Amino acid sequence: MRFILAFLILIAPVSTYAEDRFITLASTTSTQNSGLYDYLLPIFTAKTGIGVRVISVGTGQAIRIAQNGDADVLLVHHRPSEDAFLAQGYGIERRDVMYNDFVIIGPKDDPAKLAGITRASDGLKAIYDAQTLFISRGDESGTHKRERALWADTGIVPTGDWYREIGAGMGAALNMAASVEAYTLSDRGTWLSFGNKGDLALLLSGDDALFNPYGIILVNPAKYPHVKIDMARTFSDWMVSAEGQTAIGAFTLKKVQLFCPNANPKLNLKTICPTSVP
Amino acid sequence: MTILGQAAELVVSADAELIGIVGLSLRVSLTATLIASLLAIPLGAALAIWQFPFRQILIVISTSLMALPPVVVGLIIYLLLSRVGPLGHYGILFTPTAMIIAQSVLIFPIVLALTREAILPLNRDYKNLLDAWDVSPVQRLKTLIWDARFAVVTGLLAGFGRALAEVGAVIIVGGNIAGFTRVMTTTIALETSKGNLQLALALGIILLSIAVLINAVIHWIGSFGSKYQVTR
Repeated sequence: MRFILAFLILIAPVSTYAEDRFITLASTTSTQNSGLYDYLLPIFTAKTGIGVRVISVGTGQAIRIAQNGDADVLLVHHRPSEDAFLAQGYGIERRDVMYNDFVIIGPKDDPAKLAGITRASDGLKAIYDAQTLFISRGDESGTHKRERALWADTGIVPTGDWYREIGAGMGAALNMAASVEAYTLSDRGTWLSFGNKGDLALLLSGDDALFNPYGIILVNPAKYPHVKIDMARTFSDWMVSAEGQTAIGAFTLKKVQLFCPNANPKLNLKTICPTSVP
Repeated sequence: MTILGQAAELVVSADAELIGIVGLSLRVSLTATLIASLLAIPLGAALAIWQFPFRQILIVISTSLMALPPVVVGLIIYLLLSRVGPLGHYGILFTPTAMIIAQSVLIFPIVLALTREAILPLNRDYKNLLDAWDVSPVQRLKTLIWDARFAVVTGLLAGFGRALAEVGAVIIVGGNIAGFTRVMTTTIALETSKGNLQLALALGIILLSIAVLINAVIHWIGSFGSKYQVTR
């Protein structure tokens, strides 16, 4: 009995804390790891009193969570999957929110000679020709799906010892690339905020094929009546409003802008986008 | 040395976010340990004391379940609690409650098996005496559990340690939501994935220190208890 009491005493002082008004946002690691949500969500919550609980996983898993009705809003970056999600009736009101780009990362000494190549598919071909190590996410994330699409462009089916599918997040892929001197495809935000770059460097960017747009989708309340559609719509509206878009554009990491707002082309926010982003 | 320095700095700074994370870790894992033990200790003792149908099978199953991977527990609880799952209408997925449920399931077999191991030799010594006194089954359970309490608490601590250290289950059912379901282990996983290896390791050192502190406290309670018993 005394041990049970001891446990109760240890548990007691930690009070429960939870907001009554909140929505659940299923999103990607690329947006979370860059710190965008830490910057953006307090502004939204201060204005509306709505808390946003972010589950950041790969795009594939985020869509799965939303499909099961376990989230109210979805913010991901793989257009074909987003369209399928809408077509199957799980989501409504998809909007463009922002974009940035994918980049090819590799060892500084660049054994596959990527420097100078402008097309992403040519870069991958060079990696294949040199048979240097390439780390693939292998987790059905937006980045992984894009990587598969880029390989499909080259006509190469990537298999062999040099091609390693690790089934993990972007950070894990970068950690591995840093330790075994491999190439990998990353989104620019995760790369910039990554703290263990080692001998890695950004070797290829700027190709239109590396365009990385993010969309926001509400989970369909007709499918899941428990979805907090009003608050979710308030969030979606705010993200594409002038205020939300300006906040996205103002977010920087190490003085570099990470996301380019593109919900409303009329606002001409493109002028504040980094030149590195296509 | 810099990592230890950073760990110390984090503790000294008493960052509100860090305190929240540590507090949630303790709250979830301690509650899970409490729930698991309330069920597993009586059942483990019963398995040690009485013969009943399927007893051997139960023992084999419970011992095997000690090897249950946290990620599998997480997945099962996720499927149960998801909106499309059988318990979906409670809407407790991605909450601390879901994490407590997952950890309770995870450590239940450990506490069960270790309780059984603790009671087994004691029951051999006490059996004839308790039979002679013709005590009720409840009284028999209480007596054996009480007299084996130090070994039982060791099993409890093993369960608590596993709960506090696991990341696979809580990250699936909790979702690692900042300020709501983010605990020590999921923070360490997150910081590692951000490439902040030093910070991740510093947090690991803090986690270990907390485990040491709690074990020390319970050890102290235990030794205090045994002294008290002797002088009585």
